[in-house]
Amino acid sequence: MTKPAAVPKNPKPKVAFYWCASCGGCEETVLDLDERVLDVVAAVDIVFWPVALDFKRHDVEALPDGSILAAFVNGAVRTTEQEEMAHLLRKKAKVLVALGSCAQLGGIAGLANLSSREGILQSSYCESPSTVNAEKVFPQTLYKENGYSVSLPGLFETVCSLDQVVDVDYYLPGCPPTPKLLWDAVHVLLGGELPPKGTVLAPDRALCEECPRKDTRPEKLTLKEFKRPQDAVIDEATCVLAQGVVCLGPATRSGCEALCPQGNMPCTGCFGPTSRVRDYGAKALSAISSIIDSNDPEEIEKIVHTVPDPVGTFYRYSLPASLLRRKKIDEALKTK
Amino acid sequence: MDARNGDLRIGVYVCHCGTNIAATVDVKAVAEYAAALPGVVVSREYKYMCSDPGQELIRQDIVELKLNRIVVASCSPLLHEETFRGAVAKGGLNPFCFQMVNIREHDSWVHQDRQRATEKAIALVRAAIRRVALHKPLEKKRVPIHPDVLIVGGGIAGIHAALTLANAGKHVYLVEREPTIGGNMAKFDKTFPTLDCAACILTPKMTAVKKHPNITLWTLSEVTEVQGYVGNFEIAVTRKPRYINEDLCVGCLECIEACVYKQAKVPDEFNLGLGKRRPIYISFPQAVPQIPVIDPETCIDFKTGRCKKTCIEACGDRHAVDLKQQPKQETIKVGAIILATGYQTFDARKVPDYGYGVYPNVYTAPEVERLINASGPTGGEVILRDGRKPQSIGIIHCVGSRDENTNKWCSRVCCMYSLKLAHLLKERTGAEVYNFYIDMRAAGKAYEEFYHKLLEEGVHMIRGRVAEVTDWAVTPEEEGKLVMRAEDTLISFVRRVPVDMVVLSVGLVPHEDAKDVRRLFNISCSSEGWFLERHPKLAPVNTFTDGIFIAGACQAPKDIPDAVGQAGSAAAEAMVLIDTGYVEMEPNTAYILEEECSGCKTCIPLCPYSAITFLADKKIAHINEVLCKGCGTCVAACPSGSIKQNLFEDEEIFEEIRGVLANA
Amino acid sequence: MSNPESLVAIQNSFEPKIVAFFCNWCTYLAADLAGTSRIKYAPNIRVIRTMCSGRVDPQFVLEAFARGADGVLIGGCHPGDCHYQEGNYKTLRRVRMLRRVLREMGIEDERFRLEWISASEAERLKVAVNDMVEKIRALGPLRLEIKAEHFPEEVAA
Repeated sequence: MTKPAAVPKNPKPKVAFYWCASCGGCEETVLDLDERVLDVVAAVDIVFWPVALDFKRHDVEALPDGSILAAFVNGAVRTTEQEEMAHLLRKKAKVLVALGSCAQLGGIAGLANLSSREGILQSSYCESPSTVNAEKVFPQTLYKENGYSVSLPGLFETVCSLDQVVDVDYYLPGCPPTPKLLWDAVHVLLGGELPPKGTVLAPDRALCEECPRKDTRPEKLTLKEFKRPQDAVIDEATCVLAQGVVCLGPATRSGCEALCPQGNMPCTGCFGPTSRVRDYGAKALSAISSIIDSNDPEEIEKIVHTVPDPVGTFYRYSLPASLLRRKKIDEALKTK
Repeated sequence: MDARNGDLRIGVYVCHCGTNIAATVDVKAVAEYAAALPGVVVSREYKYMCSDPGQELIRQDIVELKLNRIVVASCSPLLHEETFRGAVAKGGLNPFCFQMVNIREHDSWVHQDRQRATEKAIALVRAAIRRVALHKPLEKKRVPIHPDVLIVGGGIAGIHAALTLANAGKHVYLVEREPTIGGNMAKFDKTFPTLDCAACILTPKMTAVKKHPNITLWTLSEVTEVQGYVGNFEIAVTRKPRYINEDLCVGCLECIEACVYKQAKVPDEFNLGLGKRRPIYISFPQAVPQIPVIDPETCIDFKTGRCKKTCIEACGDRHAVDLKQQPKQETIKVGAIILATGYQTFDARKVPDYGYGVYPNVYTAPEVERLINASGPTGGEVILRDGRKPQSIGIIHCVGSRDENTNKWCSRVCCMYSLKLAHLLKERTGAEVYNFYIDMRAAGKAYEEFYHKLLEEGVHMIRGRVAEVTDWAVTPEEEGKLVMRAEDTLISFVRRVPVDMVVLSVGLVPHEDAKDVRRLFNISCSSEGWFLERHPKLAPVNTFTDGIFIAGACQAPKDIPDAVGQAGSAAAEAMVLIDTGYVEMEPNTAYILEEECSGCKTCIPLCPYSAITFLADKKIAHINEVLCKGCGTCVAACPSGSIKQNLFEDEEIFEEIRGVLANA
Repeated sequence: MSNPESLVAIQNSFEPKIVAFFCNWCTYLAADLAGTSRIKYAPNIRVIRTMCSGRVDPQFVLEAFARGADGVLIGGCHPGDCHYQEGNYKTLRRVRMLRRVLREMGIEDERFRLEWISASEAERLKVAVNDMVEKIRALGPLRLEIKAEHFPEEVAA
């Protein structure tokens, strides 16, 4: 008989956090766990977390493949470095979680897909009013001087959501996700009973479900004009959409406990669509324009134009994941 | 079971439709292509899929090959979807595990390039195969049918349909907007080709309507609202005030004689303005109901409030005259509707060359009908507006018919009624009668014979369209006459025919408000404005709206025998519907996914049938399946994808989109 | 850039693929009538039947473009004539908003059309289809701006 394998000295599961193209808000979510972060640390080993801990890339590379229980990656993918890190963490982690809107859907950063890379560089390094760049110096991926070389990551043509670059197991929506959702997700992952791959770890009903203003929406709401929050004095108790302000709660997954309406602002859709919707913006657009209160083509056109930026409004967080601006070509299309 | 499931066993059937499809689409190639697609167990082509052997093929394959999905590529589903669903059901499969592909109307009949038509057929078949994989078994819901019938229009078609149904024991509401039923036929003197008197054959039927216990007759009434669906319509009727209480009036007509207007001064609508009537009047002696009507536009009491009200006096203790009568709303429930709203005649002013409205002695045919009618304004004597009796009369055919500038269609009745008028005018006046025609169209029982009879009577027939009618005389014989200038195309000679009277044989056109009626009842019109039948040959009285039938000239110009025939047919169709007792509803209704609905209420204002309500307890939306008509508008709008539509699920349509584009 | 001659050649050989969503009561019937009347039109459309144009989810339009359609045509009943009373108005509202989104995504107006075609207007159907095919042929195939398949290597200096 052979001896049973030695019990590892440190049986705590390993967890990694990483950020790609993001604002850092998702990192805040982890910090916003407050003292519960200590419970997390007690339960897991954090092996990589650039924003807080001094582990390096080579530390991760040194780990055996699949040795990390879960890697939480936030942010969209725009640079070669982000792509490399996504692949690295995918290789090292059993479970890869896309954390937040940018990783899930492309996020705010994904609106860059309305412009070309060249256009963005021109605008950022030459044309913006606060820029003085007479020599037209642009960032270089490789710069050599005196025998030394400095490199920068390359910038891809478009912004991608995480799953357009690597295989993703779970999604944690939100801009940023709430600490509660993160906490629940950690519990689910540690609990061992994993939900089906691809699950979005948030309720699958739309936000109205948990909005405290739900009851105040009239049954037959139609609108002659859409307003932006800055152009309206929003009553604190009444359904925001009923006040003419475009609120995307009806189209957006719940789970945030209606934080924005509770803060007297409309939902802008950061939790993305429910599982039954293929293109968030199209559905949100359909619902909002269906309740336009006119049958007259000219008046409809006028009302439609009270939404000054339809793509920015309906695809604020999901442009890279949209049907027309998506990169991921799914299986059905490949096997055409 | 769905596409990703290994159980899928699809049978594909591509129809040749004789050469209708096969001449333009390579059906063999389509069938072979389909055979190679995932899930397809058998793919066949067959001469006529809708034939018994074709249907049997499907049934047999379902049984023997254990098929669980069927695709038939043939004609429009509007023609044969039910046929094939039946065949699928015979094989023991749910009839909704079936998808039909339209490769005839949408492909072989509209394209010429065989290769591209075949490509299109392949794309459509591929889409159907991908779609049908997702089809779910569905059940048709049965809804009971209300046994009553609404008939709109009390002309000969409406009357005949009403009597047919009433005699069969059905309760009929006959709604007519004029003060009397009888329609256009009541204004005719004689009818072609038998020359029997219109009133003699019509008025007994009118009286029968009034007396029939199964008919509720509402004249001066209009349908103002139509709700519901086949078998269960809810109709609002507005009954305009007659100012005579129909229940109290005995029809003695003494009030008319007693009117303070001793002379009739108001142009009489029934006589097309050729005669005069009083403000209180009856349209014509045999009007049904036999009850006078007061015209508030001309009655002194309505205008000034200071009339002696001699009509009330005359009515005495019957108290039938009621000047305070108000419009009345009636709401009725019916299972079927027959529209028999008829036609109007072409406005002859639209052909200014013929001088109608300019020369007093240019008449329209309907006016002449009244002139020669014994109960008409002249007691049947043909007297011109200047008091003369015409010595010569010209009749112009096809005014507002067969004319690129007005209406392209043939009005079908004008040739015959022109001949009839020629005969009657000659008989009454002894005048020389000239008929100017383009072609003689006398297709009908005894019609051609009637034409020959007229030729023997010495009526002049001149083949040629009249260019103009003028009073500009160039010879002494033409002085004081109307001169008709036309090329006699049989002798290639331009003729000038001076006459005393010109009769314009105006064509039949849809009612001015036919479009409003159509919208009210939610049926379609042809581009000319005639009500559109479901199929020009095989469903000529059905419309695309189940439970609504059409009869008479509202569908297209037709003569009395055809109108009556169609009315009987519409009555029979309504009876079939009612006697079946129930109607099966297409199961394409929408439903809410209760676990998923967030209760956002976006869908609620979008439903025109108020089928969506908000459940106060669960705080989610609910769709009443009976009220839902399956348009799918709410499904497209639901922002969280929580409404589904049977037969038109998102996934099914997505598969169709991918299917048609798979080779894109 | 390609020279004008080769562009013309591409346009001549290019057959636009158009996905058409026709409502069951008007435009689908018009297409049936075109068939029974043997009216010939360009074979570039692939008709998908919905009960009402109001069923056409904007997602369907995007899916069609994403899957390679060069154009999308929605056919419904004329205003006031909708079989379901007002479904076509809802279509109109969505189409007007969607058009603005499509424009921003680089899809020309000619590629996305809403036509009111009644059951009797087979001729109008023919004209609409032929016109759309010609206009899209002139535009060339739809090329979505996003280059999907591969990441370009790096930023050019």
